[in-house]
Amino acid sequence: MEEVRLMKGNEAVAHAAIRYGVDGYFGYPITPQSEILETLEELMPWETTGMVVLQAESEVAAINMVYGGAATGKACMTSSSSPGISLKQEGISYIAAGQLPALIVNCMRGGPGLGTIQPSQADYFQATKGGGHGDYRLIVLSPASVQEMADFVALGFDLAFKYRNPVMMLADGIVGQMMEKVVLPPQRPRRTDEEIARQCPWAVTGRHENRRPNIMTTLELDPVEMEKNNLRLQETYRIISENEVRFEEHCTDDCEYLIVAFGSVARICQKAMEEARAEGLKVGILRPITLWPFPYDEVKRLSKKSKAILVVELNAGQMIEDVKLSLEDRVSVHHYGRMGGIVMDPSEVLGAIKNIIEK
Amino acid sequence: MKEEIIIAGFGGQGVLSMGKILAYAGLMDNLEVTWMPAYGPEQRGGTANVTVILSDAQISSPVLNTYDTAVILNQQSLDKFESKVKPGGTLIFDPYSIHHAPTRKDINIYPVEAMEATFELSSSKAYNMVLLGALLKIRELLPVEAVMKGLKKTLPERHHHLLPTNKTAILKGMDLVKI
Repeated sequence: MEEVRLMKGNEAVAHAAIRYGVDGYFGYPITPQSEILETLEELMPWETTGMVVLQAESEVAAINMVYGGAATGKACMTSSSSPGISLKQEGISYIAAGQLPALIVNCMRGGPGLGTIQPSQADYFQATKGGGHGDYRLIVLSPASVQEMADFVALGFDLAFKYRNPVMMLADGIVGQMMEKVVLPPQRPRRTDEEIARQCPWAVTGRHENRRPNIMTTLELDPVEMEKNNLRLQETYRIISENEVRFEEHCTDDCEYLIVAFGSVARICQKAMEEARAEGLKVGILRPITLWPFPYDEVKRLSKKSKAILVVELNAGQMIEDVKLSLEDRVSVHHYGRMGGIVMDPSEVLGAIKNIIEK
Repeated sequence: MKEEIIIAGFGGQGVLSMGKILAYAGLMDNLEVTWMPAYGPEQRGGTANVTVILSDAQISSPVLNTYDTAVILNQQSLDKFESKVKPGGTLIFDPYSIHHAPTRKDINIYPVEAMEATFELSSSKAYNMVLLGALLKIRELLPVEAVMKGLKKTLPERHHHLLPTNKTAILKGMDLVKI
């Protein structure tokens, strides 16, 4: 049995990355996620697993190092927080276009602009609707605990390699900075070159006698070919949407009022739900774990028995658009949010629920 | 058992590490724990606070608006958190840096002369451990042994020679409280 440890979500990401057998981490410090890079530097995995840990000269450099490493079939990742993730968007679009596996961790802080260092969920649109240019999708995982920060490293890479698509772990300053119990996954060896060659026949690994050269480019000037590339991407997204929707429900069996919330906010809402239930209000929670693909069908199913839905987010209302898309206007949908790094507390959510019930 | 605690004071007073030791001690005692710091620029000398939750069941929100127990190290924190202690809850404060004492009648208030006690100790850095000792005496959340194990986990090995000093400080804090 692995030991139960106490650590920050960011530290858990670093430990989990080493234990997964990640080949390269390329990052640049920014609060509230700097502990990922710091912990990796402290653990010095280059002396044990051979993992490369590099503080790049900028976020743009870091994401392009991921792009290069991923093109060779290596398991590569980066992490940043909101303004830094904005800088990485061009590279992320290229990685998606190149159909390359990679893990990008965004530990969100309040924006827009340089904003604040406090928790936020205002990058939901950016993560789930594109972010960079072109018709691409990231698989977006939303952790709500330190344990999930650790677990989603492996899940993220597994999905990234399965579909040859970049995965984003969309965390926030709360799960990144809080300490909780965590059980780390066992140490796996990094894949050998032979294993990479078998798993990634597309990888650019130098000249080989017996096969045609692999070329990695995202440039295609022939529009007919470029449309085909797009269709191939869209087909991948369709398969992902059918197979990888993940979510969690709390007390939805008898619920009359449904809260939809993701990440750490779902935990805040859980306490509000406990308080609401103590007062006899039948509140339940749906927590999307994959923000893309979004659990549209589950929202629709739960909406059929709900009098109203409250979407709670640390933003002005972003996921609420996906909730509304699920509903076909059957149930009234309300939003409660705080912005700029201010975090709502459970009593505010309870107040928002009561406001709806009174209406 | 569930205890929702806020510890608040100036940055540098050891607020976050006191919370950390408490959280590690909870871990050693097989409890569920969360430790949520205000991680902003507060750490550089403004006000710092940390929310620690100890529970024998799964913990939902790491962010709270009311607390069972508040440990208060300065006036700003008292002004901010006195009203947020649950009725019947506990407020522990060090009068050394408090100009306006707490006034609520529906909570249990314990002034603990921790700074004065720390002056008598060999290490001024043990201030937070004196307060931790007082908290442990008042709330009986965890056995001292679990706290010592937690402390050992928190301290890098090169500082393990400080463990006895810290234990002395904790015991001193416990002695300060007369229940």
